[in-house]
Amino acid sequence: MQQVKNDDAFVAFERVQKSYDGESLVVKDLNLTVPKGEFLTLLGPSGSGKTTCLMMLAGFETATHGDIRLDGKSVNNIPPHKRGIGMVFQNYALFPHMTVAENLSFPLEVRKIGKSDREAKVKRALDMVQMGDFGARRPAQMSGGQQQRVALARALVFEPELVLMDEPLGALDKQLRETLQFEITNLAHELGITVVYVTHDQTEALTMSDRVAVFQDGRIQQLATPDDLYERPQNSFVAQFIGENNTLTGVVQDISNDRCTVRLDSGDVIEAMPANVKAVGDRTKVSIRPERVEIDKTRLQPGALTLKAEVLEFIYMGDIFRTRLRVAGTDEFVIKTRNAPDQVRLTPGTQIDIGWLPQDCRALDA
Amino acid sequence: MAEQMMAADGRTLKSSLNRALRRQKLRALLLIAPLLLFIMVTFVIPIGQMLFRSVENQIVSDTIPRTVQELASWDARTDPLPDEAVFISFAKDMMTAVEERRHTRLGSRLNYENAGISSQFRRSGRDVADMGEVIADQFIALNPAWEEPETWVTLLADPDWIAADPDDRPAFELSDTARTALPRTSDVYAEFARLAQDSPRGLARSQPWNMVYFALHEDLTATPAPDLGTLASPLLTEAATAASGFETESIRDAFIASSRGWGDTALWQTIQTYSPPYTASYFLTAVDLRQTPDGIERAAENQQIYVRLFIRTLVMSLTIMGACILLGYPVAWMLANLPSRQANLMLILVLLPFWTSLLVRTSAWKVLLQQQGVINDLLVWIGLVADDNRLTMINNATGTIIAMTHILLPFMILPLYSVMKTIPPSYLRAAKSLGATNWTAFWRVYFPQSVPGIGAGSILVFILSIGYYITPEIVGGTSGIFISNRIAYHISSSLNWGLAAALGTILLVVVMALYWAYDRIVGIDNVKLGG
Repeated sequence: MQQVKNDDAFVAFERVQKSYDGESLVVKDLNLTVPKGEFLTLLGPSGSGKTTCLMMLAGFETATHGDIRLDGKSVNNIPPHKRGIGMVFQNYALFPHMTVAENLSFPLEVRKIGKSDREAKVKRALDMVQMGDFGARRPAQMSGGQQQRVALARALVFEPELVLMDEPLGALDKQLRETLQFEITNLAHELGITVVYVTHDQTEALTMSDRVAVFQDGRIQQLATPDDLYERPQNSFVAQFIGENNTLTGVVQDISNDRCTVRLDSGDVIEAMPANVKAVGDRTKVSIRPERVEIDKTRLQPGALTLKAEVLEFIYMGDIFRTRLRVAGTDEFVIKTRNAPDQVRLTPGTQIDIGWLPQDCRALDA
Repeated sequence: MAEQMMAADGRTLKSSLNRALRRQKLRALLLIAPLLLFIMVTFVIPIGQMLFRSVENQIVSDTIPRTVQELASWDARTDPLPDEAVFISFAKDMMTAVEERRHTRLGSRLNYENAGISSQFRRSGRDVADMGEVIADQFIALNPAWEEPETWVTLLADPDWIAADPDDRPAFELSDTARTALPRTSDVYAEFARLAQDSPRGLARSQPWNMVYFALHEDLTATPAPDLGTLASPLLTEAATAASGFETESIRDAFIASSRGWGDTALWQTIQTYSPPYTASYFLTAVDLRQTPDGIERAAENQQIYVRLFIRTLVMSLTIMGACILLGYPVAWMLANLPSRQANLMLILVLLPFWTSLLVRTSAWKVLLQQQGVINDLLVWIGLVADDNRLTMINNATGTIIAMTHILLPFMILPLYSVMKTIPPSYLRAAKSLGATNWTAFWRVYFPQSVPGIGAGSILVFILSIGYYITPEIVGGTSGIFISNRIAYHISSSLNWGLAAALGTILLVVVMALYWAYDRIVGIDNVKLGG
């Protein structure tokens, strides 16, 4: 993967490995650089190694091999409390025996900051997360969202340059999560801090981050901006993991420059963008996003390819319609159409023609 | 004022709710009823009785009622000894007590207050039957009929009782005329008759006690002379005439002759002081005070043991509690933070002592701690201790503290563990990420959250150890025993139950006071056994 020695890297993992039991690697050869001020998300299914990476960066786990640098200095032998990294936990981890103000004051006290200074900073941090009136409350007297706001303020109050967040919104309901996603991103950009954010929620990753690192099996599968990740997945795991995806399996017939021809198992031949297919004759999974499939022939752009399809199921989802089709031998082909006044609602059993542009369709590893 | 909420059926909402809950409450009550009953019968009532014993003193007025009454007017400052009347009453009381074998019990009771009394009672118990013999002999010499049991029955018994079937007679009853004409005789005879009737010989063949004759002589020579009324028979009239000429005897002299102690002012003062039915004397003894005729004063120097024992019990219990916290806290922390497989194994090791007999564990400590024991041998072998200077770790306070800390340790570890188990590791991580050193993170964040566990463990260990008995008994020697050992001694050896009850009551009050203080200072809500 990327092995660029980046001098302006604020955080850098170099050939980092981690094993808990001495038999298997949880993190395999991790190389990652984060420039100052970036909002980086580590995204992946549970057990993929993303939280371990975060814990190594925070200092709660030691790397079995490799080097972790913070602002140019290796932190391998620096204990967590000297790293000066703010951290937000999924279960908030607010100290239950202290009030909100005491919780925020704690990192300042251990840094031996004077009382009046402390109070000013605590107040400013609480105001920052709109919790100014809650200083005297105890954590147990607040809702989850309020607690997480306070936890965020506590991680920021001592003005760290790097803040780690370990699935901070995982325990909140959907609406609150969306509000807080927005607030956290804004705060991070306003303060200019570097954030490493761990989540398994891909929507969260896409909406919040500058870049996303997709983890699977102890490796970064792809490190890219959200739109790159969504529109140009580099392998079938990323394509499957990010967003919804239709796959058609086949064999590569021809590769030329930026196009390849794939003969699907049903016999149909389609054109696609070659993502990581290398040679003619390789098996491939062709990926196409549901919203890029067009069912109205009149709207098909020139150069689009068409296939026959049979409607199997129609699901009304409010803002969109989700229709399941049988296409080229697979029953799991899904398309999404906007709930517009002129949109047709397909009835199961109907035979239709569908089409898409070859550039929306990527041939990936099988 | 807000309008009352009404339920659909027109009642107030509150009464509807109460009705709905009543069945539930009733069921809850039924479910706990067996346990409640069990606790009442086996716990609350016996303890209540025991506590009552600490002030109860009815044995004196029950055993020698006439004496207690006569003694009330005695003033030791004017007369060194009570007058003859007291001794006569005492002889009558003793007669009954001796027959019922209660006089030694009274002797033991009074012996707690004035050592030596019990032997007076025992000695005179043998002699009291002879008192009044001089008078009795003169009655019999006057008319041999007085020797016949039948004579007395005819004279004193109720006619209806005499008429009853001899084989199935009810309890003896005096006739009303006898009761008014010869009150003293009737009084003593009634008791004699009651006891004789139950004896194998039966009333019909028992010659009355000498004291009955003595009482008759008292009645006949009383001023004004008794109005014999319908009782007057040739036999009695003859006796009445002769009585004033009888040779008399002094019961007081008889008692003093029987045992010199009866001539001692202090002895009678003791009886007088302890005649009320309720007494604070047990409590006074339990705090090294004693009640004397001149008021309350400190017990003799060599008898002041209880206050010291109470203090020692408290101090040693606190020491054991502290040792348990020091030893148990790290173990509980390990237990709470190890992977569950290892934690379970360790938990079993912690619980293992529970499955071994307490006696075995304590005896094992004896083997380990004695001067020729394992630990001393080891220390000598290492060279830490000289062979002729082996440590004394058993039969003293050290032995008790070591053995009891070991035995009570699980009671500290388990509540600590269950509280620590609920403290997520992320708190410590959060504290460290915020810049706290390991120690600060522990002391400011982890420790305060484990305080409820320390509280629960401490209360458990302290309350258990304050009443501990077996271990101090076995390894405590003289300097390592607790107040409970003294209580046990009074319950089973000295049989001074009143004192045992008073000591127990004080112990109970001390524990409750400490519990109350704990509640005020720490708050009992802050005690958690888990969750």
